[in-house]
Amino acid sequence: MTINFDSKKDYSVIGTNPIRHDGYDKVTGRAIYGADVKLPNMIWAETLRSPYAHAKIISIDTSKAEKMDGVFAVITSKDIPINQKIDGSKSIKRDAENILASKKVLYKGHAVAAVSATDRNTAKEACKLIKVEYEVLEPVKNVDEAIAKNAPIILDDLESDHLGEKVKNSNIAQHFRHALGNIKDGFDKSDLIVEREFNLQMVHQGYIEPHNATAHWDENNHLSLWSSTQGQFAVRDLTAGFLDLSISKVTTFPVEIGGGFGGKTKVYLPPLAAILSKKSGYRPVKMIMDRVSVFQGSGPAPGGKVIVKMGVTNDGKIQSSSVDLKFEAGAFPGSAVAAGSVCCLACYNIPNIQVDAFDVLVNKPKSAAYRAPGSPQVSFAVESVIDEICDKMTWDKIDFRINNASKEGTRKPDGVLFHKIGFIQTLEAAKKSKHWNSPINKRNKNKIYGRGISCGYWHNGGGRSTVDLMLQDDGNIALNEGSADIGGSRTSISMQVAETLGISAESVHPSIPDTDTIGFTQTTGGSRTTYATGYAGWEAAKKLIDEMKKRVSILWEEPGSEIIFEDGIFISKDSKRKIGIPELASKINPTGGPVTSTASVNLSVAGNGFGVGICDIEIDPQTGKTDVVNYTAIQDVGKAIYPAYVEGQIKGGAVQGIGWALNEEYYIENDGSMANTSFLDYRMPTALDMPNIDVILVEVPNPLHPFGVRGVGEVPIVPPLAAVGNAIKDATGERLFETPMNPRKILEVL
Amino acid sequence: MAKVFLPYQLKKVTNNEDFIDVQGKTLREVIDNLEQMFPGTKEHLVEEERIKPGLAAICGFSATRKGLLQELEPDTEVHFLPSIAGG
Repeated sequence: MTINFDSKKDYSVIGTNPIRHDGYDKVTGRAIYGADVKLPNMIWAETLRSPYAHAKIISIDTSKAEKMDGVFAVITSKDIPINQKIDGSKSIKRDAENILASKKVLYKGHAVAAVSATDRNTAKEACKLIKVEYEVLEPVKNVDEAIAKNAPIILDDLESDHLGEKVKNSNIAQHFRHALGNIKDGFDKSDLIVEREFNLQMVHQGYIEPHNATAHWDENNHLSLWSSTQGQFAVRDLTAGFLDLSISKVTTFPVEIGGGFGGKTKVYLPPLAAILSKKSGYRPVKMIMDRVSVFQGSGPAPGGKVIVKMGVTNDGKIQSSSVDLKFEAGAFPGSAVAAGSVCCLACYNIPNIQVDAFDVLVNKPKSAAYRAPGSPQVSFAVESVIDEICDKMTWDKIDFRINNASKEGTRKPDGVLFHKIGFIQTLEAAKKSKHWNSPINKRNKNKIYGRGISCGYWHNGGGRSTVDLMLQDDGNIALNEGSADIGGSRTSISMQVAETLGISAESVHPSIPDTDTIGFTQTTGGSRTTYATGYAGWEAAKKLIDEMKKRVSILWEEPGSEIIFEDGIFISKDSKRKIGIPELASKINPTGGPVTSTASVNLSVAGNGFGVGICDIEIDPQTGKTDVVNYTAIQDVGKAIYPAYVEGQIKGGAVQGIGWALNEEYYIENDGSMANTSFLDYRMPTALDMPNIDVILVEVPNPLHPFGVRGVGEVPIVPPLAAVGNAIKDATGERLFETPMNPRKILEVL
Repeated sequence: MAKVFLPYQLKKVTNNEDFIDVQGKTLREVIDNLEQMFPGTKEHLVEEERIKPGLAAICGFSATRKGLLQELEPDTEVHFLPSIAGG
């Protein structure tokens, strides 16, 4: 179902669901993923990972491994070139410490060495021969332990920033604050104040395809890389940084990606495979993480603690709110705390706000992005408090949100103004939805039922993108784009180009070339690609039209400025002559050779996205098991280029949010190790766990994009956490303040 | 004249004002003029002639991609905030 607020545009390609360009290759198994890459004389490599969450490395003895038959090379942190450079970038050196530890291991699974060998098993066996002497230290397992007096310090050399003060010997890497108005005045004015504390555990993105890399450092001192990534340019640049190479010495080749969700914006294996390739006689080297390594050694979403205080007056207005969020950065600074600090209260127009945000080090893997990074955690807390306020004041839960909703001109918690947004329209669509206006289907009298509602926000990205177009002699268009395709961007970019050119989506043939063949394009993430790369596609198509007009003017001997282009047809001023793109293509060469165009953009603005989730749950009071029996996601998507893809993104995000709410967590033992490092024990939802998810697309076009695109993939993971929690409160009368809200916790409150 | 919103930790330098009106047609000019008005602020905002790593300059509705070269219309709001990455 689509609710459209833009009645002016009548598109012929946009808003349809053509056959996706990558479909056949994927369903027939022909598509090439990272693990499929095989090169002549290729060998394998494995990493040795720390058995401890926090320990000093006293010594590493690789001599036995080096002597083992079949072993080509063994590397440790000293083999990473940037570590040998005295004046190297501190941030790259910090990242290098994450891919191979030098002085300390900072989480269980932290890599300390890597071995290349004739085959994977030999490399694994050789890893066992590496002798590492550790001095085990007390692990810091959560934010409470990290900020406790006399807590073990994780990074001895870190200079922290606490509200502008430089601080040493602290596990709080950064503390910053947003403040609007005066929260004390707002709370003094309030008739009801609710303050609650929420705790969340780390969760993993759970992509099916593990991290992998194939590297070939050749005798010409050029490095070729293949890896599963959301950004081949980021892999190139970061790897070149670690290896202290010019980026022109590195070429990254895109491969298909089996899920990323933010987790494949980081680089772990490519630099190791590259160094091993060089040290193994310039042989190509392949590495693939196993699932345990993916859980232990790649970046999950941060857990942490969020404290929300909110005051309202009897007229239904939020007067004041404070949010204190402490995110687990993992072993190195850089959690999603900055995004969380903005997302937490972005849905609402609140005159008095104070947000204190803390990036906290713990002995867990360095956290990474995961769909709307930081927003699900803070929204769980804020939307739960709003639910409690509505219960206490007996207010309608949608009307209260509409009454306080952000709109154009509202300031976000960081003080920045919103331009045109569609949050109120999204709430109104939820209010009118069939789901909200139907009773809960209480299908089993032995179960208990509840309904919850929640909202969520993500700003969506912009940034740098490049698209090249080429008119083929048969009238089709070859399209090269620089974005990794993780969610259908080849098709969505092609459709924007096709719409502009007045041709069918099938007439555009998209490819993603290597990093030497297309202009720089930022990583696919933050829901930027359909927006920014689509914008580049639109610009490239306009340039192509301009060039084709020149060629038509040569053919017709008529000034190009007088030729009209309409729906794929060039028309003379007197309307007597017409030529379509295919016919023009067949006549193009005598007019000056091939017609091509290229466009690069660096967009500073994006389309803020809002979503609402309505969730019905069924709880078995005997076991505490909770099933989601009905879920509706309502989202302002700006303009759905390919509605089936958009609905797929929203359903996928909702399922991941439901898994986060009910079951998923890094279960950490007392020694700091993760206990559930397989998909058997790390319980993600399967198709059997999920009901049909209804999607309502609200289209309030983004005025900053030619087709109104806002970005879609991030927002839908945000509402489910609190929607499920609020439904549990509705069903049981008790609110849970910690994720996951698993059967054990349900039974405790029943 | 740009309306400059400083990070919380710099507000004490500017007598806790929510924002300050600063002359300048580009972000570079605004920061230079801000430094004249409140000596010491520039080092918190700029490093090696670029916006400091980890900081984003918001000009109007969103982060500038032109850095110090960003042109500013009169009354543009300029915010300096922790930079944000996506998923």
